[in-house]
Amino acid sequence: MSEPELAHAGLNLGDTGELTKDQAENAIFGFWIFLMSDAVIFALLFATYGTMIASTVGGPTPASEFKLLPAFVETLLLLTSSATFGRATIAMKYDEPRRVLFGWLGATLGLGLVFLALEANDFATMFAHGAYPMRSGFLSSFFALVGLHGLHVAVACFWLVVMVGQICAYGLDARVRINLLRLGLFWHLLDIVWIAIFSVVYLQGNIG
Amino acid sequence: MSDRTRELRTYAVGYALSLVLTAAAFAMVRWPSFGARAIFGTVLALGLVQMAVQFRCFLHISLKRSSRHDLQLILFSTLIIALMVSGTLVILFNLRDRMM
Repeated sequence: MSEPELAHAGLNLGDTGELTKDQAENAIFGFWIFLMSDAVIFALLFATYGTMIASTVGGPTPASEFKLLPAFVETLLLLTSSATFGRATIAMKYDEPRRVLFGWLGATLGLGLVFLALEANDFATMFAHGAYPMRSGFLSSFFALVGLHGLHVAVACFWLVVMVGQICAYGLDARVRINLLRLGLFWHLLDIVWIAIFSVVYLQGNIG
Repeated sequence: MSDRTRELRTYAVGYALSLVLTAAAFAMVRWPSFGARAIFGTVLALGLVQMAVQFRCFLHISLKRSSRHDLQLILFSTLIIALMVSGTLVILFNLRDRMM
């Protein structure tokens, strides 16, 4: 360890020059509190889904609506986007050329957008089968849970575009670095929520 | 080994482990070889392991620096989640049984 350890989540950025160690830690910790409150919301939506799973009132069931292949492809896209975002934060930390950083951020954005397109396609297919949120308790809780995750991914993609704008406008100063690190935490946490979604929703729906 | 190499390797290890765990979970469901209950239990266990891997490799949360506030916040959030989720499940399943 050649540099002082910063006690915050995410990649240790080391000395950012303009911010003191305490400021950097507080800036990340506040965002970390928001992420944990978000995790509580998702956990309760999972609990609701778990109690609603059998409430199909004769309508579409998990087994009839969930397909393994699209869920698998979407999982690979999100996992890969998390890895490319990690690579982008390393490019930021070690001041690699701007085009390398933009390359990895662009790859992340592309993967996120393809994920959203596939999910929208899944939802459209379900609507075509008559599986819309008002049909049953099962479908209401499904669209609340998976829809909220999709909304988060859409917001994260928009935020990524804003970050590219900030890097162009301000350069990589301490504030921009902290913002990009926060977005990284958000992106990785969405990946973790998706792990729970594919296990509890898509895989459980295809068992037996 | 430089910091950069070490950090690159952490992300690579996290990504590789995630891919293996994901593939294992989907393969268990795609080619079922034992009972539904056991498969679901294994899928949930694989998911939990993968979450731990991502917290460790992508979010850089470790148990070593025990004074870290973020680790305490995670543990406290986990307690809150466990209380709220288990409470929700108990009450709603009980309610459903009574309405059957």
